[in-house]
Amino acid sequence: MNKRSRRKVLIIGIVFGVSLATVLGLTAFEENLLYFYSPTDVKAGKAPGTHSFRVGGLVVAGSVNREPDSLKIVFDVTDNQEEMTIEYTGILPDLFREGQGIVAMGNLQPDGRFVAQEVLAKHDENYMPPEVADALKTSEEAAKKAAY
Amino acid sequence: MIPELGHFALIIAFAIAVVQSIVPLIGAARNQAALISMAKPAALAQLLFVSLAYAALTHAFIVHDFSVLYVSQHSNMVQPLMYRISGVWGSHEGSLLLWGLILALWSVAVAVYSKNLPEILMARVLAVMGMISVGFIAFMLFTSNPFERIFPVPLDGSELNPMLQDPGLIFHPPLLYMGYVGFSVAFAFAVAALLGGKLDATWARWSRPWTTIAWSFLTLGIALGSWWAYNELGWGGWWFWDPVENASFMPWLVGTALIHSLASTEKRGVFKSWTVLLAILAFSLSLLGMFIVRSGVLVSVHAFATDPARGVFILVFLIVVVGGSLALYAWRSATVVSFGRFQWFSRETALLLNNIIFLTAATAVLVGTMYPLVVDAFGLGKISVGRPYFDTMFALVAIPLLLLLGAGPSIRWKGDSWSRVASSYAAYFMISLVVGLLIPFLIEDKLNIATGLGLAGALWVALTALRDLFQRISRKLKLSASFLGMVMAHFGVAVFVAGVTVTMTYSEEKDLRMVPGSSYTISGYDFHFKGTRKVQGPNYLADEAVIEIWKEGKRIGELLPQKRVYTGKSNPMTDASIDIAFTRDLYAALGEELEGGAWSMRVYYKPLIRWIWLGTLFMTFGGVLAVSDRRYRQTIKQKLTGKAPAAASA
Repeated sequence: MNKRSRRKVLIIGIVFGVSLATVLGLTAFEENLLYFYSPTDVKAGKAPGTHSFRVGGLVVAGSVNREPDSLKIVFDVTDNQEEMTIEYTGILPDLFREGQGIVAMGNLQPDGRFVAQEVLAKHDENYMPPEVADALKTSEEAAKKAAY
Repeated sequence: MIPELGHFALIIAFAIAVVQSIVPLIGAARNQAALISMAKPAALAQLLFVSLAYAALTHAFIVHDFSVLYVSQHSNMVQPLMYRISGVWGSHEGSLLLWGLILALWSVAVAVYSKNLPEILMARVLAVMGMISVGFIAFMLFTSNPFERIFPVPLDGSELNPMLQDPGLIFHPPLLYMGYVGFSVAFAFAVAALLGGKLDATWARWSRPWTTIAWSFLTLGIALGSWWAYNELGWGGWWFWDPVENASFMPWLVGTALIHSLASTEKRGVFKSWTVLLAILAFSLSLLGMFIVRSGVLVSVHAFATDPARGVFILVFLIVVVGGSLALYAWRSATVVSFGRFQWFSRETALLLNNIIFLTAATAVLVGTMYPLVVDAFGLGKISVGRPYFDTMFALVAIPLLLLLGAGPSIRWKGDSWSRVASSYAAYFMISLVVGLLIPFLIEDKLNIATGLGLAGALWVALTALRDLFQRISRKLKLSASFLGMVMAHFGVAVFVAGVTVTMTYSEEKDLRMVPGSSYTISGYDFHFKGTRKVQGPNYLADEAVIEIWKEGKRIGELLPQKRVYTGKSNPMTDASIDIAFTRDLYAALGEELEGGAWSMRVYYKPLIRWIWLGTLFMTFGGVLAVSDRRYRQTIKQKLTGKAPAAASA
């Protein structure tokens, strides 16, 4: 190979490598996008059936139930419009409390249960996850409209 | 009175910064020595007044002056002295002040340690740093005044977030800021060179040690943050691809590309305008990081500001700095000519590939971090990017990077023969590949390609780094500090990769329900839960579990994880307990008390997790070692001849 064709090979190689990385990257990106839904959205059937997503709301007072011999916990979250039940097995974050805003990541099961792989309650006691705050605001406005 | 003096000192510092950013530039443009020589005293005076302001705020914390709003929000009477002093940078306003202080420190360091720098270049560098300072101090004075008073004065303050009461807090933010702000030096050098239109290899030699040392601080700061999260947050992970972590990682990736590109520019006079662009990018990403973290678009333990005025201010600042410097770049970079020639198979090409890989990685992180923010800003929904995306991207990037890292440093400048390099490294390559693939096979009894390739990569990098070192020793070649630093940092990459690969593959994690007297075994370690007891700390009350660890019938240690309730806070805090060893960590965190005296508990076995931080320590000290090289302290008079210096090193 002469100099010029070597340089061509190098440039083509770089372009090919970067394009490959871009394609693989976008595929991985697409697959790992997690959308957020409020309980109202989920009830309305907007949430995907198989793909993981995130759901958030306030933990309904008195809804937290533990199974006595395992780490399974069942609780309800609400956006003050609709409620939905979340199942989680494991250790809850320190800031998980009744009335607290939380975000859960997981899947809808064929029978309609939502099983969470991860439950997040953020670091600050006075903090409300922004998604939850927005979802609450939306449902409040919807309720107002309904009243008229 | 003292807080007012502090506020006043900050206003004076602002005025000095304005002078520092304008007068020397006018001097440089008109070639007036009197104005040019203003730069250094201005930098010194600015440091003096920012330090006074900083001391005033620290004083308010130490003497419990709760009439200062910021103090009353972040400390109380029982807070230990150590956390009152570090509490200064525990939240938004104070950490800005720390940022300003560090910026002033870097400016003075440049003024003091760059005696060889032509005065006119020095004036421009300090003026650019003065401009950044103007932005920061204005941000404090107009939107985030740390000295704001509160009336009526509260009797006691509200406590610093207990999560931040950890020795990690004392070092993590200052080190990180040293790195972030340190890139402002490289940025200032780049902008000064564009302003002056004189961009030669000596420019690269001046800015290189500053960039490397800033990079070392950033490396250590990020590693410490990772270690702190691992210790403190009770999740047992060392990296979460949290937007805030990404915010510090992006400048690191571009900074790493920059220190390698600077090597080409210094040694061979090539890639000049590319290097300048990288210097601008690295600092821009530091500012973007600040925007992401501080503007309130994200909420996490790091995000303090929710005042929209602050977000707007940072955004405008970001646009001015990035837009301004890029416009300058577009205007002046045509005057920058690279004249070094090189063949396609050469060190230059290897370093170019390094840059492409690092920028690809930085782009991947940028997309994953910013996309959700952009989508949200346009009201298109709330999304987040899952961790597997980042993991996949970095696995992809790691393969070519490690491959290149092994042989790259010994490919010759200008041009080399493929067969020479291939024949010196073929054996190392084969050994690494076979041993790397064999290790997981022996452990699992089946082929595990991903883990095998990770280990092979680590071995390849480690073996070739050692080979290069011993070859130099056996040939009695001079071992320069920068060569040793490079070998050390690259060896650190190998240690890091080995740690990440093994931890990700062989960790065991278990959430358990345990009653006192019960035990559970993971990876050959028996965790015996003895029971819990109450422990009174200085400002918290804790339930402490006693867990004995046995292996093969021998008691090898004890874990004492706690669940703390800090006075004045209603929510508990998890304090994990870790048994540390070179080859593995055993980790226990308490969940909550269940019925019948049982506790939920999280136990982990984390093999080689220490290697992750050990590797970053190697990288950090490699950087420090490289900076200590004698050639940076010599008077730089030699002209670039186009010949590579004898002791070539990246």
